[in-house]
Amino acid sequence: MIEVVSAARCIACDICVKACPANVFDGGPGKVPVIARQQDCQTCFLCEIYCPADALFVHPNAEAPTGIAEAEITARGLFGSYARALGWKRGKAAGAENDPTFELRAFL
Amino acid sequence: MPQTSLRRKSADRTAPLNLEADVLVLGGGPAGAWAAVTAAENGRRVVLADKGYFGTSGATAPSNTGTWCVPPGEARAAQVERRAARAFGLADPHVMLRMLDTAHEALRTLGNDGYPFPRQSDGELYIANLRGPDYMRHMRRLALKRGVTVLDHHPALELLGADDAIVGAAGWDRQQHRPWQVTAGAVVLATGGCAFGERMLGATGLTGDGYLMAAEAGASLSGMEFCGQYGVAPAGTSLNKGLPYRWASFFDVDGEPLDMSAGDRHVAVAKGLLRGPVFASLDKAGPEIQDWLRRGQPNCFLPFDRIGLNPFTQRFEITLRGEGTVRGVGGIRLVDEGGWTGIPGLYAAGDAASREDIAGAVSGGGGPNASWAIASGRWAGAAAARTALSSRRDVAGKLRRLGGIGLVAHSARPEAEASIDVVAAVREEMLSIDRNFFRTGPKLRCSLSRLDGLWRDARAYLAGEGAAAIRTREAGALLASSRWALAGAVFRNESRGLHRRSDAPESDPNFAHRVRTFGLDEIGVALDRAIHAAPLQVARS
Repeated sequence: MIEVVSAARCIACDICVKACPANVFDGGPGKVPVIARQQDCQTCFLCEIYCPADALFVHPNAEAPTGIAEAEITARGLFGSYARALGWKRGKAAGAENDPTFELRAFL
Repeated sequence: MPQTSLRRKSADRTAPLNLEADVLVLGGGPAGAWAAVTAAENGRRVVLADKGYFGTSGATAPSNTGTWCVPPGEARAAQVERRAARAFGLADPHVMLRMLDTAHEALRTLGNDGYPFPRQSDGELYIANLRGPDYMRHMRRLALKRGVTVLDHHPALELLGADDAIVGAAGWDRQQHRPWQVTAGAVVLATGGCAFGERMLGATGLTGDGYLMAAEAGASLSGMEFCGQYGVAPAGTSLNKGLPYRWASFFDVDGEPLDMSAGDRHVAVAKGLLRGPVFASLDKAGPEIQDWLRRGQPNCFLPFDRIGLNPFTQRFEITLRGEGTVRGVGGIRLVDEGGWTGIPGLYAAGDAASREDIAGAVSGGGGPNASWAIASGRWAGAAAARTALSSRRDVAGKLRRLGGIGLVAHSARPEAEASIDVVAAVREEMLSIDRNFFRTGPKLRCSLSRLDGLWRDARAYLAGEGAAAIRTREAGALLASSRWALAGAVFRNESRGLHRRSDAPESDPNFAHRVRTFGLDEIGVALDRAIHAAPLQVARS
């Protein structure tokens, strides 16, 4: 589930507050959003790709928070890794034209 | 055609929001998106209200989904015949053909409207696959371009009736903390399926809200017993995406390969999980497949990359996520080709509706359901647009609020906290592999009896106001959906497709019909002989 909003990276745009389908964050003008309802997180990773600053980290454990530290996420280069894999940049959609999934469907 | 926005520029964002529309769409997944776009293209004023954010809500946005997409011609009829033959006699080939027609046309339009489909080596666009986040973001843009008024984070709590018709809905704006109400000439329920509280991609909003609202309006459900579909996910994660497991081997706790001879991966894994932990490795994927999987399904690899494990060489623990009616089949029973529920002014589309027409008793997961969302959304949007034009009525002073459980309690001291216990009970009864995958009459009756008791209690004391009502209504909808599913499963004293009864392992020709469920405090169950599937012959047109 969502574990970290990096205050160092966040630009306080509140896009995550709006884009989260589960309404997990509370925002406010000029403030770093807070994770207000962590248990509601459905671990869909979509907030990460909507974030224009790569400031969010969702841990794949969907059952409970792990307490992973921001320093570890930074050290392992995990901020923004899902967006990069999709080809999304700065919160903008891109890269669907390079999706090779159709090659896999030929095997089904 | 651009239209004036319905949203009033008001400085006061705490005052209740009241809007009038021709068509109100509840739910912003693909079915709701296509319904809203279609109604707007028919010249109607459309409001789309989503529980979360139109673009990320629902099961499609976090996924990568194939569509069932076949160009017109001989191949189409042949594919329909093949699929209908695997549907255990409950599908309708005529609806399948119609769906393929509508979905193919819509997917071509999507490409023309700028959705970035990939190109195959021959230079042709490949339109039979959609990348969820990009697809739903595109649909949001398209809806806004067509003049649809979008209300994000506006969960609907109840339908509004006037005379004998549905004329709108009311709910809570959970970010501005105020009530909202939209009156409309027609309402489309596109609220998705019911995931019974499972922690999987997209499921957070899929609590069966539309089923509950439809039943409160007097509509029936169909096929709710076909909710025994499960998806493989790395243990503890939300990633119930099956595609990579095409290249997987499965092992028990001693490292012995699972017996896959039954042919159904899910049955083998479910049996394994009853004995102990089960492990998988994607060791059948060669370098080229690995590359395509990583680039095409990047979210499936987030668990491995973030934990630090190579799934192509190492083994990892897996679980089964219950997929409820999302990749199961059941939902609101439709009575005509326009997605009409049988209640004046009320339509349903996508997973909110039963998908027996296209899937029968087996999962329509992936391609068929994605195409169904497009086609049924388009049909319901068009039908609602027609109804809205012909049924303009003055509802002033006549509005009735139709919501019951979670809003109105019989007790003098209602409380909202009990919704937590209700959700926990639903999860226990509806997600358990022992109870829901391998069913028996006694186990099903035991689950139903427990949830019937909880329903009576909840009718007495479960109620909330404002934001608390979102939770109490979700709990009520989960509970109602579970009871219809269990009542149907008790009644269907046989095995058929997703409904696996260990105490009745064969199919019984007497049950080669759909099962309709209805009612709230007392649940009714009936064989639906009226909509018996047409003979499996498709006119080769």
